[in-house]
Amino acid sequence: MGKLLNEQIVSTQMLCKDVFIMTIRSEYVASTAKPGQFVNIRCGGLDAMLRRPISICDVNKAQNTFDIVIQVKGSGTQKLCSMCQGAVDIMAPLGNSFMLDDKHKNICVVGGGIGTFPLLYLLKASQSTNKTALLGFRSGEAVVLEDKFRATANTVEIATDDGSYGKKAFVTELLEETIQSQKPDIIYTCGPAIMMRKVAAIAQKNGISCQVSMEQRMGCGIGACLVCACKTQKGDDWGFSHVCKDGPVYWSTEVCWD
Amino acid sequence: MSDNIDLSTNIAGVQFDNPVIMASGTYGFGKEYSEYVDLNQIGGISVKGLTLKERKGNKPPRIAETPAGILNSVGLQNPGVEVFIKEDLPFLKKYKTKIIANIAGNTIEEYCEMAEILGDSQVDAIEMNVSCPNVKAGCLAFGTSPKGIEEITSAVKKYCKQPLIVKLTPNVSDIKSIAMAAEGAGADCISLINTILGLAIDINKKKPILANNFGGLSGPAVKPIALRMVYEAAHSVKIPVIGMGGISSWEDAVEFILVGASAVMVGTANFVNPTIPIEIVNGIEKYLEHHGHTGLDEIIGKMDLND
Repeated sequence: MGKLLNEQIVSTQMLCKDVFIMTIRSEYVASTAKPGQFVNIRCGGLDAMLRRPISICDVNKAQNTFDIVIQVKGSGTQKLCSMCQGAVDIMAPLGNSFMLDDKHKNICVVGGGIGTFPLLYLLKASQSTNKTALLGFRSGEAVVLEDKFRATANTVEIATDDGSYGKKAFVTELLEETIQSQKPDIIYTCGPAIMMRKVAAIAQKNGISCQVSMEQRMGCGIGACLVCACKTQKGDDWGFSHVCKDGPVYWSTEVCWD
Repeated sequence: MSDNIDLSTNIAGVQFDNPVIMASGTYGFGKEYSEYVDLNQIGGISVKGLTLKERKGNKPPRIAETPAGILNSVGLQNPGVEVFIKEDLPFLKKYKTKIIANIAGNTIEEYCEMAEILGDSQVDAIEMNVSCPNVKAGCLAFGTSPKGIEEITSAVKKYCKQPLIVKLTPNVSDIKSIAMAAEGAGADCISLINTILGLAIDINKKKPILANNFGGLSGPAVKPIALRMVYEAAHSVKIPVIGMGGISSWEDAVEFILVGASAVMVGTANFVNPTIPIEIVNGIEKYLEHHGHTGLDEIIGKMDLND
């Protein structure tokens, strides 16, 4: 259950241009958060009134802290990233989470850009014996937290759009190669919608279960305002579910990708 | 809460413990916020706008943040009035907060049918939404002319067992005539303002941010407009007025009460701070105490314009 909390920022560091990692001390979040969940964080001021939903990237239960990675997109995220210490007003942890199952011995995560970060906590929390991380970035300059991914996954492969680091490819191409060499029991993906749609199609073609973490502009973050709509299958019909409460994680086959 | 201060307010025979009501469309059916706030401490909840049958709502994006406000185009997504009564109302009735059913229809007949269905339910009042800017048919069309308001209000009133609140749109040139038309046709109360039709643009895509193009503006940006309209409406009618539009603090709420609102509705501010209703209730109480008042009645409409 999410709570409204006033917690302390431990640190905020720049990872690369416009991308920052913030560590927040919170016994409640550190002890209850599951991979895939998010915090709804208050920026303050009238130019960025609404809270910003940010995925939980990592949890340190021993230190009672958790990490979020914030990409500066506007005045709200700019304000957040300039907060290096002091109190922060959060609602957390919110949303559902990735389904982790011990029967899945061989898992594969596919992340794109800012969407790679929630997959780190998933990899850490998973008990699977073989974990593959396929990460896609714009360029080498945008590749961050690689060491953390390497510390938790058995295999890490990186693709960049411009080929300045790793392989010049789309991350979905890495997925197709991976599936040929070893068929994962389940695929988890987070990133741009166009990438996830392709991942979902590849998973379906190969008969592999796939979970996707959807993104949508949010209002309340707890399912009251109904703005963060995601078109999903409802039996033979369809409906709009809500990313903040019904998601952000869906089975790829639930989502109507049109 | 102090025993010496009476925060209760009477809206057309319904006694609210305090004047702070959650605005329709911002509070779901109360359940989501019950994890963060004791709903017993809130005067009332106007639930998510209901239609006769389930509505799926508009395509996303449904929200755009604008300076000191938000634009939304949810498009009245809801499960339909009968599902609400069966599945959502029992939860709300566990609390002493008063429940207002907000209804929206495509035709006058639909509004009447919903009022009739709700008549046998445990809702405390009906708020008729003739002001939603986010649906293509009906709704707003009824609310933009005195004739339209008169016609729909007098028709729906016949089917209402509970007090009828008519929620007015600010997207009109003369709010006074609209308010008077609602009163004349039998409304027990009016509430205003609904959102103001607006547009937000993504300059990189050269397209509107909202999939539905236009949306309803709410939040602090609309407060001065709302205050003026609530003042004008409250000074045109004798029935109670519920004021809303950008209320984000107890001071904002007091302003609306001073211009004539017997109660206030809080909407967008809930998204920012879920405990804001309680802060507003406590703030109003302290204000009354500080100014030597013993009840809310002593300040309703007590703001006079400058000479």
